[in-house]
Amino acid sequence: MSDASAHALEHHEPVTSTGIPNKKVLMWAFLGSDCMFFGTLISTHLIYRKISATVGGNFLDIRDVFDIELTSFSTFILLASSLFMALAVSAIHKGNLNSTRWMLFGTIIFGAIFLACQVYEFTHFIHAPGNELTLSTYRGEPHVFGSTFYVLTGTHGTHVAIGVFWLLGWLAYSFTGKMSTAHALDVEICGLYWHFVDIVWIIIFPVVYLMEYAL
Amino acid sequence: MLIYSDNPDPTFIEPSNLQIAMATESIKYLAPDADNKAKTQVFPRPGQHTTGLVDWLTTIDHKKIGLMYGLTALFFLIIGGIEALLIRSQLWDHNMAVLTNREYNQMFTMHGTTMVFLVIMPLSAAFFNFIMPLQIGARDVAFPRMNALSLWCFVGGGIILNLSWFFTGGSPAIGWFGYAPLTDTRFAEVIGDMGPDFWIFSLQILGVASLLASFNFITTIINMRAPGMTMMRLPVFTWMTLIVSFLIILAFPAITIALVELMFDRTYGTNFYDFLEGGKPHLWQHLFWIFGHPEVYILILPAMGIVSEVIPVFSRKPLFGYGLIVFSGAIIGFMGFAVWSHHMFTTGMGVVATSAFAMLTMLIAIPTGVKIFNWIGTMWGGRIRFDTPMLFALGFITMFMIGGFTGIMHSSVPIDAQHQDSYFVVAHFHYVLIGGALFGLFCGFYFWLPKLTGRMMSEKVGKFVFTLMFLGFNLTFFPMHYLGMIGQPRRTHTYNEGHGFETWNQIATVGAFILGVGIAIGVLQFINSFFNKKLKPAGKNPWDARTLEWTLSSPVKEYNFARTPIIKARDQAWENNYGPKENHSEKEPLDDHGVHMPDRSWWPLITALGLLGLAIGMLFHRTIDPSGELVRDYTYPIIAGAVAILGMIMWALEGPGGYHLFPKEDEE
Repeated sequence: MSDASAHALEHHEPVTSTGIPNKKVLMWAFLGSDCMFFGTLISTHLIYRKISATVGGNFLDIRDVFDIELTSFSTFILLASSLFMALAVSAIHKGNLNSTRWMLFGTIIFGAIFLACQVYEFTHFIHAPGNELTLSTYRGEPHVFGSTFYVLTGTHGTHVAIGVFWLLGWLAYSFTGKMSTAHALDVEICGLYWHFVDIVWIIIFPVVYLMEYAL
Repeated sequence: MLIYSDNPDPTFIEPSNLQIAMATESIKYLAPDADNKAKTQVFPRPGQHTTGLVDWLTTIDHKKIGLMYGLTALFFLIIGGIEALLIRSQLWDHNMAVLTNREYNQMFTMHGTTMVFLVIMPLSAAFFNFIMPLQIGARDVAFPRMNALSLWCFVGGGIILNLSWFFTGGSPAIGWFGYAPLTDTRFAEVIGDMGPDFWIFSLQILGVASLLASFNFITTIINMRAPGMTMMRLPVFTWMTLIVSFLIILAFPAITIALVELMFDRTYGTNFYDFLEGGKPHLWQHLFWIFGHPEVYILILPAMGIVSEVIPVFSRKPLFGYGLIVFSGAIIGFMGFAVWSHHMFTTGMGVVATSAFAMLTMLIAIPTGVKIFNWIGTMWGGRIRFDTPMLFALGFITMFMIGGFTGIMHSSVPIDAQHQDSYFVVAHFHYVLIGGALFGLFCGFYFWLPKLTGRMMSEKVGKFVFTLMFLGFNLTFFPMHYLGMIGQPRRTHTYNEGHGFETWNQIATVGAFILGVGIAIGVLQFINSFFNKKLKPAGKNPWDARTLEWTLSSPVKEYNFARTPIIKARDQAWENNYGPKENHSEKEPLDDHGVHMPDRSWWPLITALGLLGLAIGMLFHRTIDPSGELVRDYTYPIIAGAVAILGMIMWALEGPGGYHLFPKEDEE
């Protein structure tokens, strides 16, 4: 035990009771908590979707404003970004800095494409001629769909944006010459976050978008 | 006396100089690590010998952070107490005019919010911070700088909430629950009322503080236990810390999102809780209580943990049914998420939902009862000493039981419908939150403050404080049961003549002032024990207590344990003194590298200031220009947000840093 702790001190990496690094336990605890954040938002959306199903006396058909092809494309892009993220983690574990850089770059680009699609989508929805979906109205009538939709997908978008900036931080750091396998854990934790944000989208996409087409 | 050195850094203090400089000190210091020194920084990182204000602002020592949590919370306890006394003065007689109806609403809103978020929770956090790492044999929490950020966010949240007095509309007048549509801008009593906005942003910042602290405590307890400290050897207080931390990370998101939605409603005109435009105020109640009910357990479980530590010590017996107490705590925490709708029985949720929640609420009494019987079992046949901590622990059990019984009454839907919004409910939750949580926390103060200050407090004064608090508390809140039964509504600023409310209200008001005096003397006594050098020194283990923190000197050295203990039994300090030889704890040998201490840092404070600025910036980002147009200016929020982000980046780049201490074998 004492040998192990002395060894660990040199690397400033404390020995832990479970053997799992502290930072990883922290990230898992955060993700557990984040589940509740999204759980609350998704519940809010579903509850209102059910009890406020009409607008101005007519059945609310959001398909008039949704652009499912675009959203499907951006969903695919976001899911594909997880592959790059996994490869980046694998590369840093092997100490392949060049490969890490490219894979981080790929993740960032795909995340950015997803965000661009979302910005386009939001702008498009707010200004959809005759079908304007704003934060408080749909087709000029007061409604909750815009509120729950924008706040839910916007919160997810914020998570993606934070992830993109985090990854950009690592990309920048990789050019300082200080990055090594010692940072594999940190990149891996960044990856945990990124995959989690993807998984949340895997729930949001069917529940918010696809379900509108199944009804 | 050997000082280890292989450090080539030119700034390294030569051992000979060091020996001269530190001749009177028993601890030998070395200069900070070379790798930390190499970095140039915007703010120079305070060194290990920092003292004074800078030390307190940049400290990452869990003991100092715990102390600051405690003192700040005691300050807010006084503020919240003054608000309570104003409420009681207003209710002294029928149609009193101490407060207007709006001021009265503001008082009970601020009193509730302050007591829940700025007093009981941070007081618990103070004990989590100070005691938990000592109990598991750790040198600090897992993320010391994040711990400092939690503290500063808590202070920032408290500042924002109380700033509300000085702006349009004054403090929020919406209740600590902020029910929609009271928060709807269209129904504001004062045009442009900012109170609810201050309330929203304050709770968000306090939420950040609680969440970060909880992630930290979870990681610490799971990962930083001393060798041999298995989960089922953890002291009960540490167990409760773990359970409460899980409750916080799972319950706070609900209120955070509810507040985000409310903020959008008030700031950007969304319709979440706007019933005129399709929103449902009922949803607010659900989201609030999905958070709010676990919050009740967040408030009470730490006190239960404290009492579970105190009762065995003063009964001179091991805790009866340790496993049951731990699992009851876990079950209470788990079931706490399944009973929130009992706060909403009168909202018309339907028979199935109400019955299910009524049944689950009755069920949750079982693990609570198990705990009470275990405490009684611990005392049974023990040699009980009635020192002040024990008195508060006994007060906790009895008062909490009364609150618990009225709670079980409320689980019955028809009875709840009668009690709803009456003073009976006020009596119920004050029995749980003062008689329960606050008595438990005072018990903790009288028990652990000698460990913190190194001085014993006067038993006479302590017992006097207990007597005043116990009498005052019961005088205040017991009559409220009766007042509620005969129909006095809560949250109403006055009552008319002829209901027969006067006498009991006057008794309650007298009691409230006695309780106030008791608490004030208690707080003064705590503060006195930090400065009064005449008090008796505490020594390592003044109570002959059982857990690991009592093997350390009082006050505890900054590195806590000179050598990490190897745990052999559950009540390690007790076993060391009285147990068989094979149960005595051992210690890891001294390390050549010494004790690694993380460096102080400015960045937690700066990040918290950024968040505080962001919240204040968002509060004031809207203005009305001369033509009556709403103008949004995001300059200040963006600047403050940039400060917060910069703080985090610099934080990441500076790294934990650190220096090494070289205590002698048993200097702890």
